[in-house]
Amino acid sequence: MAEEYVLQMKNIQKEYYGNKVLKGVNLSVKKGEIHGLIGENGAGKSTLMNILFGMPVIHSTGGYSGNIYINSKKVDIKSPFEAMKIGIGMVHQEFMLIPNFTITENIKLNREITQDNLISKVFKSERLKTLNSSAMAEDARKALHRVGLNIDEWVTIAGLPVGYMQFVEIAREIDKTGIKLLVFDEPTAVLTESEASNLISAMKRLAEAGIAILFITHRLSEVISAADNITVLRDGELVAVKAKKDTDVIELAEIMVGRKVDLKSKSEQSRKYKDKEVILEIKDLQVDMPGERVKGVDLGIYKGEIFGIGGLAGQGKVGIANGIMGLYPSKGEVFFKGKKLDLNNTRGAINKGLAFVSEDRRGMGLLLDHSLELNIVITTMQNKGKFLKRFGIFSQLDNKEIREYANKMIKDLDIRCIRPQQLTRQLSGGNQQKVCVARALTLNPEVLFVSEPTRGIDIGAKKLVLDLLVKLNTELGMTIIMTSSELVELRSICDRIAIISNGKVEGILKPSNSDREFGLMMAGEYRRMQREEATIND
Amino acid sequence: MAQVNQIKIAQPKLSIKIRRLLFDNSVPLLFIVICLAGVYFSKLPLVFILNTLLSRITRNSFLVLALVIPVIAGLGLNFGIVIGAMAGQFAIIIVTHYKIAGFPGFLMCLLLATPIAILFGIITAMLLNRTKGQEMITSMIAGFFANGVYQFILLFLVGTLIPIKNPDLVLSRGIGIRNTIDLATETGLKYALDNVFKYPLFNVLVAISIALLIGLCMDYYLKRKKGYEGIDNFKFITQIIIMAFVLGVSLYIIMTGSILRTVKLPILTSLFIAALWSFNELVMKTKLGQDFRTVGHDMEIAKISGINIERTRIIAMVISTVFAAWGQIIFLQNIGTLSTYGSHVQIATFSIAAILLGGASVTKATSGQAILGIILFHTLFIVSPKAGNNLFGDAQIGEFFRAFISYGVIGVALGLHAWNKRIQAMRKRLEIV
Amino acid sequence: MIELIKKYINNIGLPRLIITLLFIGICVTAIIIGLPVGLLASDVIRRFGMFGVLALAMVPAIQCGTGPNFALPIGIICGLLGSLMTIEFGLTSPVLGYGFISAVLISLPFAIISGWLYGILLNKIKGSEMLVATYTGFSIVSFLQIGWVTLPFTHPEMRWPIGKGLRVTVSLESTFGGVLNRLWGINVGGVYIPTGLLLFFIGCCWLVWLFSRSKSGIEMITAGANPKFAAAAGINVDKNRIIGTILSTIIGAIGIIVYSLSFGFLQLYLAPLYMAFPAVAAVLIGGASTSKVKISHVIIGTFLFQGLLTVALPVANQMFPEGNLSEVLRMIVQNGIILYALTKMGGES
Repeated sequence: MAEEYVLQMKNIQKEYYGNKVLKGVNLSVKKGEIHGLIGENGAGKSTLMNILFGMPVIHSTGGYSGNIYINSKKVDIKSPFEAMKIGIGMVHQEFMLIPNFTITENIKLNREITQDNLISKVFKSERLKTLNSSAMAEDARKALHRVGLNIDEWVTIAGLPVGYMQFVEIAREIDKTGIKLLVFDEPTAVLTESEASNLISAMKRLAEAGIAILFITHRLSEVISAADNITVLRDGELVAVKAKKDTDVIELAEIMVGRKVDLKSKSEQSRKYKDKEVILEIKDLQVDMPGERVKGVDLGIYKGEIFGIGGLAGQGKVGIANGIMGLYPSKGEVFFKGKKLDLNNTRGAINKGLAFVSEDRRGMGLLLDHSLELNIVITTMQNKGKFLKRFGIFSQLDNKEIREYANKMIKDLDIRCIRPQQLTRQLSGGNQQKVCVARALTLNPEVLFVSEPTRGIDIGAKKLVLDLLVKLNTELGMTIIMTSSELVELRSICDRIAIISNGKVEGILKPSNSDREFGLMMAGEYRRMQREEATIND
Repeated sequence: MAQVNQIKIAQPKLSIKIRRLLFDNSVPLLFIVICLAGVYFSKLPLVFILNTLLSRITRNSFLVLALVIPVIAGLGLNFGIVIGAMAGQFAIIIVTHYKIAGFPGFLMCLLLATPIAILFGIITAMLLNRTKGQEMITSMIAGFFANGVYQFILLFLVGTLIPIKNPDLVLSRGIGIRNTIDLATETGLKYALDNVFKYPLFNVLVAISIALLIGLCMDYYLKRKKGYEGIDNFKFITQIIIMAFVLGVSLYIIMTGSILRTVKLPILTSLFIAALWSFNELVMKTKLGQDFRTVGHDMEIAKISGINIERTRIIAMVISTVFAAWGQIIFLQNIGTLSTYGSHVQIATFSIAAILLGGASVTKATSGQAILGIILFHTLFIVSPKAGNNLFGDAQIGEFFRAFISYGVIGVALGLHAWNKRIQAMRKRLEIV
Repeated sequence: MIELIKKYINNIGLPRLIITLLFIGICVTAIIIGLPVGLLASDVIRRFGMFGVLALAMVPAIQCGTGPNFALPIGIICGLLGSLMTIEFGLTSPVLGYGFISAVLISLPFAIISGWLYGILLNKIKGSEMLVATYTGFSIVSFLQIGWVTLPFTHPEMRWPIGKGLRVTVSLESTFGGVLNRLWGINVGGVYIPTGLLLFFIGCCWLVWLFSRSKSGIEMITAGANPKFAAAAGINVDKNRIIGTILSTIIGAIGIIVYSLSFGFLQLYLAPLYMAFPAVAAVLIGGASTSKVKISHVIIGTFLFQGLLTVALPVANQMFPEGNLSEVLRMIVQNGIILYALTKMGGES
């Protein structure tokens, strides 16, 4: 039976700077099998694939431990090129297609078929050989036929529908000789429903022809329909391997999400729900944020609560705060304290009393080559005119005021630094985050949006940041809206949590709701199941 | 099983094709009109224009053709051809010093310039590889810098570190090369290439257009027979029409015994130009050429696919620099005088303006556009002063106009490209789905 | 110890170190071969003041995020227009600084409008500013050549005696030539110090410095340092880029007026074509990069660069009487430092 295994990954472990992201994972795929791989963000799926493909990022950070076997032979994959040679192909989420090239040219990229000519023989050069267009066209036609795409191979990619482009990606991979295993990384994310089902049919066709398929997705219903077996990863560990017939969407959802959580004490929860004044009302919010599109979100947030927004990456949760703060084009209606808020107006939002700590700490959140004191005061300075000395229409920085205030913030938030003039680039992740929070607090906001507050921060500092947020809420009565990919975090400090899937609110849960409900919502299956149950009950 | 059905990507309608043709070629079309107007207003005799134009075309084409490959390889407009030109000039100085005359002297120049140009090309390309995304401004400044080094070598190292004692070449104090070197001496290089063989122009044009017409028809017939479906009927017909037009005009001129019959074409020079044109085409049919295109379109994807993008760009740059060196030698053998510190300075501006007038852009250039551009650019050059005089009473305005066109055309092309680049980047970020 | 030296060199940058050492070396050589030190020093100081404001024009451009202003010729043309109109309309009374003040004032509206239009162009081509700037400058200079011939200036000092159009160089002897150089000038131990000129340059630097510490200045610097951050702080990045471009154009206009009066001539036609490059090179030598600049960079850089060229000329003439070593040196140093800065642009795209 062992010879049937195309891929076996045994006890794979990987550490990134002391952080263990894979803690001994096993994965096995047989010839002709479609194997599903599911898990939340940060579960370790991408890292596992990076290892399988010999990506440079793995080797430059200390390599990995464990063994990989292809057709029972032990292999050591050191580069994507080697992976290809061994017979592993990958269909990426972002297409690697050149729009102005024909389908044939894309399929044969850097694997062109050539023949010798006079010059190449004289100079003994591979690169000077002439291209054999007819042979390449022939190969391209064959590959297209195998994936079931009947399109002329000399057509250019530009202008083709996304679904076709993906089929060309697949055609490219299977044109590579000796392809044994094909990995699909979230392939249906950009497809329409019909394109997605076309894709799954194509996958089944390829599997029937003997190619092993690894199907990475978070769409549980798809993986149940397509896969023969399913591996579930969670927090870098293998938690289950199930055959399709032995499980269902609900169970998978539960396994994907379930873990021990420290819930807020009951009494605190009940205290909150006494004053139910809606401070921020969101109606049909749509945000055009690349990668995190919001397609119509309705929410009502109570004054004084800690409201969580969760969901998988790319589903839109990050777009909500960014949209309301005017950082990306938005449509819809938002009411702050009963009055309509101007969308696409950052200054307006700030002046009304909203503040934002961005998830993009180093990109959008900091002026890395400026002092930490300037970073703290600058937004308030620009929007409210504080920290300045005025001379008629002229103004100058009030260094003394800035220095005093910065020192106060450093003390209050325990920001570890050498002095207030230190460049923020030199601070640790946790302290950089505190600077961002300090800046938001300087605005004296009524509502504070915080996105991914503990991302990239070491474990010790994580707790400090979360405790800080709770303190702000309990002591200053600040309404906090926290967006995070880490359910555990959300469930530990939030009063309510909205889960966003496919750009819309899948549902709102309390931290005490079941793992199963959280899992289903994260996978975007909750509403669908409710609908199915409703029709059954009719 | 849901099979994707047969997709026939239809060729767009004829009217759309014509519109697209006009739009893509709007620049050359515009300048054809301007040139014709200039020719008319200058009131210069056609024979004079044609003779001057022909000698300018044959002496400049090689240089402009050298610009094509860097554009394809994604290096943009190669402002660094001036560096290749300097390599060529080094060779000329050496050959003049050793008094090797005529055609053998010319060949010697090519031979000497090549290794120098290869070295320069590699260095320039390595510089460009370190400034990806800002290649054009880098090659421009590199050209200025190289000019400084060139002048340093020729003004201060010759006679001191480099012992050359030659009163024809060296300044009176014994240090530094003279400002102008006469190539028209008995041992000189003037017309070394041109005079090898000359033949009346229009006779040649007749022969070429007939040959091309036959060739195009045969090619079309073969393609049709093989059932190759990517046939572009429209392109074929356009090419036939152009060839027939050239044939018609040439026959007319020969048969009416017009004075234009006396215009002579330097054959060997033209063969050199034709050879470079063919080289540009043939290289694109090899793997190397395909690699150029891939790297030129998307460096990231090329890298991931395993192409050594740095090396590919270096090769493209070296080819361009070597051909620029040869091109400068061809240029100077026609002019007959080497202005040591000045001949190469405006080469980049003029050559790039020329290829842009022919319809090329920062990302797309063909040899045909190069030749068309040269014809347009130099026609403008010839007629502007007189036309300016006749229209505005001042020849200077005509000269200023042509200088403005040179810079302005490049400025507009760069601006449009930059704007386009930005729109592409924004589209990519928004994931047009 | 070696580590420390290496780190120090890395911080300063090898080319800057070379240029500084070269300058010191040439100065020493000059003293050794017995050149008149006083005269040389006066020349260095004069050129320092002369080129300074042009280099200062780079500051708002780099600060607002558009990179070094390779389109300085636009501002230069505005300054030239202002000067020409001053002479044409005879606004050269002593009260107006013999035309200096009127030239500056008249060039202002030109500079503001052209800076504004050019700023709009820059906003459309983000990422390719330097290249487009260079050729915009070139195009405008070559276009104005037609202008110099056709514009209706009538003053005999500016026009060709016979024929059409303005002269290639217009003398400022009878107007504001040398006006700042002579103002409060003092002679100290054989060295002439053009106090007025220096004070004006330092004054302009001080004004720019004050601006960078004002609310609007900080806003502009933030927009240039990190556009995403600025947007998140409610700052209009595009607007600030235009403001920076306008300021740069204005300072450029003032800069050419200062330069011209110190030189004694207005230079028209193709003279402004390459004038951006020495200004760019100066701030880069002073320590700036294509995205960061301080006032000290302007002062140090102009002094080093122009000082080097000034002293190199007589020294070179002693050694190589034929050929202009100073000019060749300028080409190598100026373009070399710009190339160096380009290779350091690295993670900016």
